[in-house]
Amino acid sequence: MKSESNLKRVLDAGHISVTAECGPPRGADPEIVRKKAAFVAGNVDACNVTDNQTAVVRMSSLAGCMLIKELGIDPLIQMVVRDRNRIALQSDLLGASALGVRNLLCLSGDHQKFGDDPQAKNVFDIDSMQLIHMAKTMRDEGVFPSGDKLDGALQFYIGCAVNPFADPYEIRVPRLKLKVEAGADFVQTQCIYNMEKFKTYIEDAKKEGLLDKVKILAGVTPLKSAGMAKFMRRMVAGMDIPDEVVKRIGDEPKEKQAAKGIEMCIEQIQELKEMEGIAGIHVMAIEWEEKLEEIIGGAGLLPRPVIE
Amino acid sequence: MITGTPKPIGEILEMVEPYDKIIVAGCHGCVTVCRVGGEKEVQVLASTIRLAREAGGRKIEIKEVSLERQCDPEYVELMRPYVEDYQAVLSIACGAGIQFLAEKFTVTPLLPGINTGFLGVTERQGEWAERCQGCGDCVLHLTGGICPVTRCAKSLFHGPCGGSVQGVCEVDKDIKCGWQLIIDRLKALDQMDNYGKLKPYKGWSSARDGGPRRILREDMI
Repeated sequence: MKSESNLKRVLDAGHISVTAECGPPRGADPEIVRKKAAFVAGNVDACNVTDNQTAVVRMSSLAGCMLIKELGIDPLIQMVVRDRNRIALQSDLLGASALGVRNLLCLSGDHQKFGDDPQAKNVFDIDSMQLIHMAKTMRDEGVFPSGDKLDGALQFYIGCAVNPFADPYEIRVPRLKLKVEAGADFVQTQCIYNMEKFKTYIEDAKKEGLLDKVKILAGVTPLKSAGMAKFMRRMVAGMDIPDEVVKRIGDEPKEKQAAKGIEMCIEQIQELKEMEGIAGIHVMAIEWEEKLEEIIGGAGLLPRPVIE
Repeated sequence: MITGTPKPIGEILEMVEPYDKIIVAGCHGCVTVCRVGGEKEVQVLASTIRLAREAGGRKIEIKEVSLERQCDPEYVELMRPYVEDYQAVLSIACGAGIQFLAEKFTVTPLLPGINTGFLGVTERQGEWAERCQGCGDCVLHLTGGICPVTRCAKSLFHGPCGGSVQGVCEVDKDIKCGWQLIIDRLKALDQMDNYGKLKPYKGWSSARDGGPRRILREDMI
């Protein structure tokens, strides 16, 4: 597989990788992206740029990728199948690869109901599983799904997302297996709070022989407050935050909850990075990018390795 | 059946506002079964319009008609002898029926009295639910008899997505997760092997995406 992905190099060298994400702004001001990226630079091996997450209109992921790439960050383009048919997907894959984006995350995308245009028509021409397959075919075989040859194959390190906490549980590992068979090189998980359930998931993935076939990047999101934990638990489908986690941050006085959230996140990363089968950590510090260095450094994952 | 819901009466009154002599046309097919466009609904709608117009001081003459089916030429033709005596036809059949009348009676304005819904079933008295999108390439034998195109809000072929919680779709608490239903049924049928296979990209050309569709049966022509 041809890819100049920094993330891939770090993982291939056996290091625990670190990724983070930058949500592009609701506007055309590039400075907002640059400001966020400044908090990310130097602290990660690659940075996800989200694609109209929660179906709220934002600057395009590809544009965001190019802005952070200018600052020396290895961009990771997120691509959802909600808004593009297979023609647009193929075209954007070509464009992103041509512009030097080397990491790709294939997603379904949140339903448009959750965004600011709930009346929009959705696409879902192919699903995220098939997008993985499409990207792999266009990379490894150098052909379009139609069979025609590409003038220059894609060069992505291909990823997918999983939510080990959604229902039904019994399908979660088989679904990861399908994604790996479709061509996923790495997987980023939904934010983990329920460590016991996550350990069960990893054990089940091991039984299926998946730990050697895909790099698992464990997702974490630092909690800013007990209120945030309760809100996420109530509003985000498939978000599993155990009572003891909410209690632990809730027992702190309000002004100390944010610091406690960071402390808990660091502890969690330290535990995750020692777990068998965990190849990296994906830190989703939502609108809290300025804390990335503290969290990643606190977990002993700085400086990031430089691999030629 | 094809389901539908009545248009708001205000909208209907606005549509018929320019006319003083109209036909209200129902259909004995699907819309009768789902109680939106049959003989009884024709009577109720015609009476409501008459009363409203009388209250406004401008009477309207209404002929009440219910065809066996508005989507079949042999029944539609039964209206031909008198249709031009009226200024407009307010049809409460499905969109196919309404359009078929418009096609046949070219100089008469056709007004839709219902909003056509979906291909569905009667889950219980007074409740209908979608089951089929008529995509023209059925895979029900692989998915436990439950359609991923229709029953999954994202039409995923390898669901469920991360938004499936305790059998409920994240889009609405009243929508069951189609993929949970598929998995439950595959398990009951001992066909979970079907789940673990990567399915080819769906061809949508047999659906609406290929343009308006037509079925031609040479043996019947």
